[in-house]
Amino acid sequence: MSRASDVLSGEHFINGNTASAEGAIAAGCRFFAGYPITPSTEVAERMSRRLPQIGGTFIQMEDELASMCAILGASWGGVKSMTATSGPGFSLMMENFGLGVMTETPSVIVNVMRGGPSTGLPTLAAQADVMQARWGTHGSCDVIALAPSSPQEMFDFTLRAFNLSERYRLPVMVLSDEIVGHMTEKVVIPPAEGIELFDRRKPSEPPSEGYLPFEPGPDLVPPMANAGEGYHMHVTGLTHDERGYPIITAAAQTKLVRRLCEKIRQNSRDIIACTEMETDGAEVVVVSYGISARTSWKAIRAAQRGGVKVGQLKLDTLWPFPEERVRALAGKVRGFVVPELNMGQMVYEVERCAAGQCRTRLVPHPGGETHDPADILAAIREVAA
Amino acid sequence: MKYWREPLDRGRCEVPKGKVTIIDKRCKGCRFCVEFCPRKVLEVSKGFNEKGYHPPEIARPDDCIACGFCELVCPDFAIFVDQQASCPPPAAKAPKTQEVGAH
Amino acid sequence: MTEGHDEHDLQHHNGSSSVHRDRSGTVALHERHHRETGEHPLDHLLRPGRIPHIWCTGCGLGVVLTAYLNGIQKAGVDLDKVAIVSGIGCTGRIAGYINLDSFHTTHGRALPFATGLKLANPELKVSVISGDGDLFAIGGNHLIHAARRNVDMLVLCVNNFNYGMTGGQVAPTTPVTARTQTSPYGCWEHPFNLPYVAAASGAVYVARWTVLHARRLVESVAEAVRHPGFSFIEVISQCPTNFDRPNKGGEGIDLMHFYEKKTVVKNGIDPKEADIGLYTPIVCGKFVDQSKPTYDSCYTNMCTMARGGKK
Ligand SMILES: Cc1ncc(C[n+]2csc(CCOP(=O)(O)OP(=O)(O)O)c2C)c(N)n1
Ligand code: SF4
Ligand code: SF4
Ligand code: SF4
Ligand SMILES: [Mg+2]
Repeated sequence: MSRASDVLSGEHFINGNTASAEGAIAAGCRFFAGYPITPSTEVAERMSRRLPQIGGTFIQMEDELASMCAILGASWGGVKSMTATSGPGFSLMMENFGLGVMTETPSVIVNVMRGGPSTGLPTLAAQADVMQARWGTHGSCDVIALAPSSPQEMFDFTLRAFNLSERYRLPVMVLSDEIVGHMTEKVVIPPAEGIELFDRRKPSEPPSEGYLPFEPGPDLVPPMANAGEGYHMHVTGLTHDERGYPIITAAAQTKLVRRLCEKIRQNSRDIIACTEMETDGAEVVVVSYGISARTSWKAIRAAQRGGVKVGQLKLDTLWPFPEERVRALAGKVRGFVVPELNMGQMVYEVERCAAGQCRTRLVPHPGGETHDPADILAAIREVAA
Repeated sequence: MKYWREPLDRGRCEVPKGKVTIIDKRCKGCRFCVEFCPRKVLEVSKGFNEKGYHPPEIARPDDCIACGFCELVCPDFAIFVDQQASCPPPAAKAPKTQEVGAH
Repeated sequence: MTEGHDEHDLQHHNGSSSVHRDRSGTVALHERHHRETGEHPLDHLLRPGRIPHIWCTGCGLGVVLTAYLNGIQKAGVDLDKVAIVSGIGCTGRIAGYINLDSFHTTHGRALPFATGLKLANPELKVSVISGDGDLFAIGGNHLIHAARRNVDMLVLCVNNFNYGMTGGQVAPTTPVTARTQTSPYGCWEHPFNLPYVAAASGAVYVARWTVLHARRLVESVAEAVRHPGFSFIEVISQCPTNFDRPNKGGEGIDLMHFYEKKTVVKNGIDPKEADIGLYTPIVCGKFVDQSKPTYDSCYTNMCTMARGGKK
């Protein structure tokens, strides 16, 4: 269905939200369902213009509950699908994000974060949904979330989110924020041939009586048939067995939920991505992500000029959390500085992995603007001292 | 079968016959099939199935006209009907005034 | 048709419309098979090992399932392209029994899921089968919008006037004065008239039957599946366990007799006139049957325009 000419290869000067939409299209996304909400609306607007031109479907649903469900339905219809939202809309998606996890449905959710709680700051940035992304749906599950910090990364990470969702069969989240979403910068879209795509693995057998739609391969991920291919599968949000039949027992729950978590944990090395800057020999490492990673740079440079050995661990994936790397660094550094546009969320993960080996210093900010780099600098100096 | 008015094509009409099969173990004893059979073919049996319900029994097998309603109205997929060879049209044997209820 | 006489007419076709007769070739094969093995003729459409189902004795849901399976075969569509989507509830369990592509989603969300499924693959014949609470309380907003868009699908809503699965609470369909677990002094809210809501929201095919009208229901399912656009069928069904026994309506069989005696078939009437009270006569029939461009066809036209470079 997708053609090379559908990918807008070349150099562009576009904002992060537009870049995210183009990343999705380059990944082969041909279904978008959403509901307008600031500051993510440009993703929907771009998709509403682009998808009809390239054989895709754009639909504005009646709310975010519906948007989330529609993309799951579309995915079972055999089409790569996504939605984009912010703040309150993300909350509404949580119920059926869980349905996507339980039914192992590839799809992508872009959350351009804004300040909350509630309606909060519709037009201003925050990074306060990172724990909601991890724990927001009820029940136990492991999730994948990426955190872009530039329009280029909005393109790259959205594309990667599709590949990961198809590879591991779950809704993958891209956690951006208002500033990155609305920031306009150069974005390079590679030629279509140069883009590596992962498409969901299909069952190797033709339809038959004994077909097991949820029998996993060695990587714990079951191949996926689409509706209409003759497999006559049952897909349910209830706890189920390999046949897809609902089984309401502790044994079935243990087997299924263990696998759903393990398929992420077992493959976490393939999923986790970080960008490290001058962490070798650093006394202080700033652990940051999204827009705060960029704000940190100024503070890091200033600290370095002042003689502090400081590096950065930029979390490109928030979930799964790079535990091993943080643990390893914790044994070597004097402390971590964690600036986030929230009152403290990822810092608890850093602290958990540091496990008392070094100091962990949060630089909180409830959102509405970036950190003042001076605050981050002060924290770096304090930890270095 | 009694008619309140003689159908004009009665002599040419075949009256279908049905063979009812009851899957005892599936029955939950709701009696829908028994009470809505237009020919009162079925009755509630005295016996129990393994779930403790009284499944229907075929009290008047010859009266079944294969209308299929019992099969359609059974909520438990516990009863079905096969159409057997129809009774030959009565006209083949006799003039159309003859009584043909006794198939 | 006059009150009460209709069902007689339904049943007594003297065999001329047995449920078996007009099936396609593959189904005839199955029939021959079951004659030899003693299997039920619908067994091939039921998931192996899933019968007995969870529904109570005297519940109408099994009849709805039977009617749907007969209707979808009668519609003559490729069964490999059929997808059933359900929400949550006793009715929502229907999807799990059907041996076709089937999706058991979350409470109220069957319709948006089905919308995505259908638009992603317009070849699919999508049926949403769910309860009154699922489709009209928590999913009410989705229902009116799916009908408004005229997405090509069938919605089969089983109305048992309460939330059966959670133990019999008041629903947006509960008749005034009816007692439920959360209306212990009688329901004081005005209920929805479902065909009226569906028609007002834009459904192109709207009908209501009771579970006793199984034959009409089969026909209606077949007709609605073939009808392009958003089709809506309400099936009035008993919930002896949680609604009818507490309201002194009796057991399942008593309700079937009630439907036999107290149903008035009025095809073509304005669904506005089809309100339902507690054990008052029920107006059934096909109320709306019209054509209107479907979402799918309009979208295709719009895409052609978009590709032509128009902004
Ligand atoms: C979000 C959510 N809220 C509540 C429930 C609990 N719940 C399960 S089924 C149901 C009501 C079902 O009623 P209806 O749709 O009429 O189906 P019935 O059981 O009567 O067939 C409710 C409230 C749920 N599963 N999910
Ligand atoms: S097929 Fe008709 S006549 Fe025969 S037993 Fe069933 S309901 Fe009665
Ligand atoms: S309708 Fe079915 S479940 Fe009910 S009594 Fe007859 S055979 Fe049993
Ligand atoms: S609770 Fe009511 S609706 Fe649910 S299975 Fe029992 S009778 Fe049917
Ligand atoms: Mg109900």
